[in-house]
Amino acid sequence: MIRSFGWESVEFLIRGAGWTLLLSLMTFVIGGFFALIFALLRTLGPRPVRLAIAGFIQLVQATPLLIIVFLAFYGLSFVGLHFPPMVAAGVSLAVYTTAFLADIWRGCIEAIPKQQWEAADALALTRTQQLRYVILPQAFKISLGPTVGFMVQIVKNTSVVALIGFVELTRAGQLLNNMTFQPFHVFLTVAAIYFAICYPLSFLSERLKGNRHARPAH
Amino acid sequence: MPALHISEIKKYFGALLVLDGVSLDIEPSEVVAVIGRSGSGKSTMLRCINGLEKIQAGLIEVAGHRIGPQGGDLRSLRKEVGMVFQSYNLFPHLTVMENVTLAPKVVKGVDRKEAEAIAHDVLRRVGLAEKSGAYADELSGGQQQRVAIARSLAMQPKVMLFDEVTSALDPELTGEVLKTMEELADAGMTMVLVTHEMGFARQVADRTVFMHKGKVWEQGPSEELFANPQTPELRNFIAPSLK
Repeated sequence: MIRSFGWESVEFLIRGAGWTLLLSLMTFVIGGFFALIFALLRTLGPRPVRLAIAGFIQLVQATPLLIIVFLAFYGLSFVGLHFPPMVAAGVSLAVYTTAFLADIWRGCIEAIPKQQWEAADALALTRTQQLRYVILPQAFKISLGPTVGFMVQIVKNTSVVALIGFVELTRAGQLLNNMTFQPFHVFLTVAAIYFAICYPLSFLSERLKGNRHARPAH
Repeated sequence: MPALHISEIKKYFGALLVLDGVSLDIEPSEVVAVIGRSGSGKSTMLRCINGLEKIQAGLIEVAGHRIGPQGGDLRSLRKEVGMVFQSYNLFPHLTVMENVTLAPKVVKGVDRKEAEAIAHDVLRRVGLAEKSGAYADELSGGQQQRVAIARSLAMQPKVMLFDEVTSALDPELTGEVLKTMEELADAGMTMVLVTHEMGFARQVADRTVFMHKGKVWEQGPSEELFANPQTPELRNFIAPSLK
């Protein structure tokens, strides 16, 4: 049955966009959690741990996201781990996010001058206290811009999980196109919805990068 | 018993020997200036005293806390030793008040009210009580350095180390920082200052130590040392400042 593109179609896409947002958020929270741990260990951990994490980051960054998604979905099912598309999508995007955010945040921690560590050292703060009160608050401030900027990448990259059948915005667009045969209407609407999600994030990211004197609230 | 006891310390950077068996005893309330050319080891010695640099031989002792080549009770020692840096190193994300109260609160566990009372007191001593809400980037270099001194003072250290604290300042701003230090000296603080301010060393320091090639080359009461240098190296070094 061929339907024509109408308000119902837009509603269908918006539901798909809801899944895109949910998947993005999940990915960011889970990936961010591991990224923070990895960033800290990458800068401050013992040497073998630092090298292992650096290796992981290099490996993931050099692998196309789609391949990671395929590995999680098809590869793991081959060895007996059958993930539903939702879980495979979440896991692979989280792995991808962990690698990139860990690297971004490592850069932010390393951007804090050595003298800040020394000043805190000289005041007899412990390593943990130095991080907690001196280094991380400053690193956090400079990480805001790039982090929000990376969220845009996450939102756009969730589209690759359409290829394992997870119905988010892009997959919803494909399905709708099969029903309506109006690719311009469908995919321009899809693009417009991505833009509506991503543009505010890009705008915010630029604002945060420009605002050097922004101070975290205490 | 000396406030600070340094015994035969050696320090290498790679294969380069930068401190070659330095020994110094500093008495309570004594003010000691350390002078010497760049590369003579004077800043490195200061940084060794509170463990910012590891030593490869010797012993450092402050108020019964010792550090040696194997490390030691670094944190206890640092609670007794304040340090002020050439580049101030205030925490830029914190206000002046927060800079000063941070260490008393988190290191000593002093409650907020008491920490703020201490902060008011030390900020008044450096003449910046009215700046407690400001951030570092809103202050002049001289003011930042005085806040850095206040931040150290708030830990009520037994010894204060000053590492070329006026070297990064515009000439017209060095006066206020030197005055603050002079007042501290008058109040009986035990101080070790690495400095290029020969006039200040001569007038304020009880004793001046001249370092050369990683050694204490010559030392003595400041007035005497400057008036009557014994070694040709010291004579050459101070000659330009006497003109």
